[in-house]
Amino acid sequence: MDLHNSPAFTRRKFLYGGLTLASTAWTIPAFLGSSADAMAGMLADGLSSTPGVDEDRILVVVQLGGGNDGLNTVIPYGMDAYYKARGGIGVKPNEALKLTEADGIGLHTRMTALKELYDNGLASIIQGVGYPNPDRSHFKSMDIWQTGERDATGDGWLGRYIDNECCGYGKGESGKPDGSKKPAAGPMTAIDPPIAIGRTAPLALQGRATKPVSFESADLFRWSGEDIHEALKEPYHDLNRRGASGGGDTNADFLMRTALDAQISSDKIRKAVGQKSLVTYPGNELGRQLQMVGAMIRAGLKTRVYYVTLGGFDTHSGQGGAQGRHGNLLANFADSIKAFYADLKAQGNDSRVLTMSFSEFGRRVAQNASGGTDHGTAAPMFLFGPMVRPGVIGAHPSLTDLDQGDLKYLIDFRSVYAGVLEQWLKADSKQVLGETFKPVVVLKKA
Amino acid sequence: MADSPKSNPATSTAPSSPADATALRTPSSEVRPAPTPSPPPSPKRTEKTMTGSMAPIAPKNFGYEQARHLLWRAGFGGTPVQIQTLASWGPTKAVEYVIDPANAPGDRPRADLFDKNIMREPSAEERKAYQAARQKQDEDALAKFRVEQQRRQGQDRQQISEVQRWWLKRMIETPRPLEEKMVLFWHGHFATSYRNIENSFHMYLQNELFRKNALGNFGDLLYGIIRDPAMLKYLNNDTSRKGKANENLAREIMELFSLGIGGYTENDIKEGARSLTGYTFKDDTFVFEKNNHDGGVKTILGRTGAFDGDGFVKIILEQQGVSRFITRKLYHNFCAELPPLERADYSDLPGPQQAALRDLASTFASSKYELKPVLRRLFLSQHFYDDKVMNEQIKGPTQLVVGAVRSLDTPVRDLSILNDALDLMGQNLLFPPSVKGWDGGRSWINTSTMFVRQNIMAFLLTGKKPRGYDANADEMKYDPMPLLAEMAKANPGSEKDPAAVADYLLRLTIGTAPQQSKEALASLSAKVGGGVSRELVIGYLLLITAMPEYQLC
Repeated sequence: MDLHNSPAFTRRKFLYGGLTLASTAWTIPAFLGSSADAMAGMLADGLSSTPGVDEDRILVVVQLGGGNDGLNTVIPYGMDAYYKARGGIGVKPNEALKLTEADGIGLHTRMTALKELYDNGLASIIQGVGYPNPDRSHFKSMDIWQTGERDATGDGWLGRYIDNECCGYGKGESGKPDGSKKPAAGPMTAIDPPIAIGRTAPLALQGRATKPVSFESADLFRWSGEDIHEALKEPYHDLNRRGASGGGDTNADFLMRTALDAQISSDKIRKAVGQKSLVTYPGNELGRQLQMVGAMIRAGLKTRVYYVTLGGFDTHSGQGGAQGRHGNLLANFADSIKAFYADLKAQGNDSRVLTMSFSEFGRRVAQNASGGTDHGTAAPMFLFGPMVRPGVIGAHPSLTDLDQGDLKYLIDFRSVYAGVLEQWLKADSKQVLGETFKPVVVLKKA
Repeated sequence: MADSPKSNPATSTAPSSPADATALRTPSSEVRPAPTPSPPPSPKRTEKTMTGSMAPIAPKNFGYEQARHLLWRAGFGGTPVQIQTLASWGPTKAVEYVIDPANAPGDRPRADLFDKNIMREPSAEERKAYQAARQKQDEDALAKFRVEQQRRQGQDRQQISEVQRWWLKRMIETPRPLEEKMVLFWHGHFATSYRNIENSFHMYLQNELFRKNALGNFGDLLYGIIRDPAMLKYLNNDTSRKGKANENLAREIMELFSLGIGGYTENDIKEGARSLTGYTFKDDTFVFEKNNHDGGVKTILGRTGAFDGDGFVKIILEQQGVSRFITRKLYHNFCAELPPLERADYSDLPGPQQAALRDLASTFASSKYELKPVLRRLFLSQHFYDDKVMNEQIKGPTQLVVGAVRSLDTPVRDLSILNDALDLMGQNLLFPPSVKGWDGGRSWINTSTMFVRQNIMAFLLTGKKPRGYDANADEMKYDPMPLLAEMAKANPGSEKDPAAVADYLLRLTIGTAPQQSKEALASLSAKVGGGVSRELVIGYLLLITAMPEYQLC
């Protein structure tokens, strides 16, 4: 029996595909080699990237946690129904930042930085993104977005992407789903694990073989024991930098290599983040995280996927209109992205980095009695970078043809994922998403 | 008790004495007269090949290291006193002690431990009110229903964290570590995630099902799991009915729970799914809905009849593949890591492992799926104490944390932090990543989890958090000195010698004392000065628990 031939279980392919290599994929240190001297040499040479090469393409995902109010982010100021539903918190036509070539559509007052990116052709706004039969639980809907599956039972979509890319699933060789063929011995190319800034790595980055790295700040990506007594530092380093002698493959050898790898990664990341940025970032949470990502990109880490998060969008009460709490969040978002691209441009890396933002759902069309909005459905997504297809993609969803007071989605978020996977990351989106979604054109014409 | 190797046709080609161990490398299907040992897998392991002998280990070969190994694998590690005691008892009594829960006091969790009503289904009136609101498109009323639903979900998520902490505490405190370890094993085997069922009480009930049958009979578990509300919901059997059978549970019962890939056909899945129609639950109890059950004739695995779910399970249990599949998984969990487990076949494994697995499968089959005999046979066997088996298993996150607290007797400090650490290390209890459970082994380890593993040990030993200290670090001081009591008893005065203490602690924690690690500990002792103190011992333990080797047991 071949699981490949069972269309009803496409998801399962990934479970088994990645599994074959789960036990060996990370035996190869991300920074190659096995002696500390070789490492030092490599660090001196720099693992600098080659701009313009596909392998160097980076995806940064910005999660707006809590359910961002899409209608007060991209304002349909040309629609009467908007003002009818939002008597108190609606952003007035003269307060919206009107978008060229998009009639009756503007950005929230506080997103001047994002408007600037838009005007410079560095931003695309994808309208009305959602999925069928929407779930309004934060927990569940976030899982749906992160797995790319309506039942949200599988691995993360980016984890699956990296499983595919690094482990050669579907590329013959070692990818047999039933484990009947042993993985090839010896080193194989593995890309670095994805990095999430935050306490825990999001589900989106979890694959079968792919285990993301996560840390709130780089100084936490290290052994905390050395703070306890100065005398512990040296022996700790001796014990963790032994590496594996002779390239054996016992579990002990594997652990020795990983321990050494962790030390090198920790040094490298902390050194990268310790450098002064080329631009000043805003002091908010997202700015701080993107500053770290910018520093890691600048230092030439081979990481291909980064994940950052801005929370606080669950605005059930007192969310404000043109000014106020929700506006502050949007300003943080816009200002941070602008600083990030200024930094990348100064580094000469801007053309390598595509940034995508999403939220687990939008909010209901009508405001509630507490000057806020409750959990809703479709909302816009943003893409940033000099390579994106600039402007507004798709029509604004109707404010009168509603599904029980909620917007009807127009674009499935997995079509956006498919566009990013196919066009930017050069991956087979069907392989990653388990079924075919018509990719949205996300890149500008070459 | 003189355990002699069972005569078993499947293993008859494999010599059973360790003197012939090299011959075990010969694939069992062909017999070569003069076997040449295969090249050693690593330069470090040149001495000898693995023994596949399942004959009991001789008492003279069962000492400190073997007792330590038994305590780690059949539980969560042992204190020096526990290790010495089991070593002095010898293998038969030691194994009997860890296997039989009757040897240690146990308790059943109180029935009212958790609130079973948080996620209870709506009553008939509530449902009617909701339908009415929908029909009238009464947005205010519908919003209220939604808010109430969200409130309950929030409360239930709090309760699932309570269940997680309760179970973690139980693993730390239980006098029956093997029982809890088997609960963890069954949780990974019959993997069900709260993420998909969103009912904390059902997760708790399932946990209790595993505990009741932890060391009982596998057949009982399989009959139990098709009546378990959490599983019925997780694999969508709760909505499976005649004419519209959902195949999820039928598939996984055969593929992941009992036979493995290759032991059945797609048609067996379809027919099995029909037999399971109408197996659902109401509130917290299994219900067989006769009206939704497909009572027709099915053909499953070559048998034909009007089977229901029990009939389906009975047919599965008659298959020879079950004992192979389950013992393979037990072996993987308790003895040595094996390649992916989808198939019950093990023809591609080294000879000694094949021999051991055949023996275990035959033991399991002849005891009609009783778990104690098969574990007893494994824990007593020479194979289990082979050099290549001992200290070569990567501890799972739970094993690491619970093992450290139990074997070093550290304070527990904060269950929430320990629970968070398990999540960071990839084993969020009651939230397995998929129905396949956790892959285990090397998949636990990457650069990120490596630091979490080291740092959670620093937390247990000192209360040190990545930033600052635990609020109770001053009150909850760890006293490691009792660890040295056994050493003082055996060799008075040695407990005052920093080098002897370093050597002793290394053997206690990682099972060996490599030269480089002794040197690293000596350099700490030279820097700190002043002989063996509480500070020095904690310093030693901080370094040891941050060693790559500490991740093994």
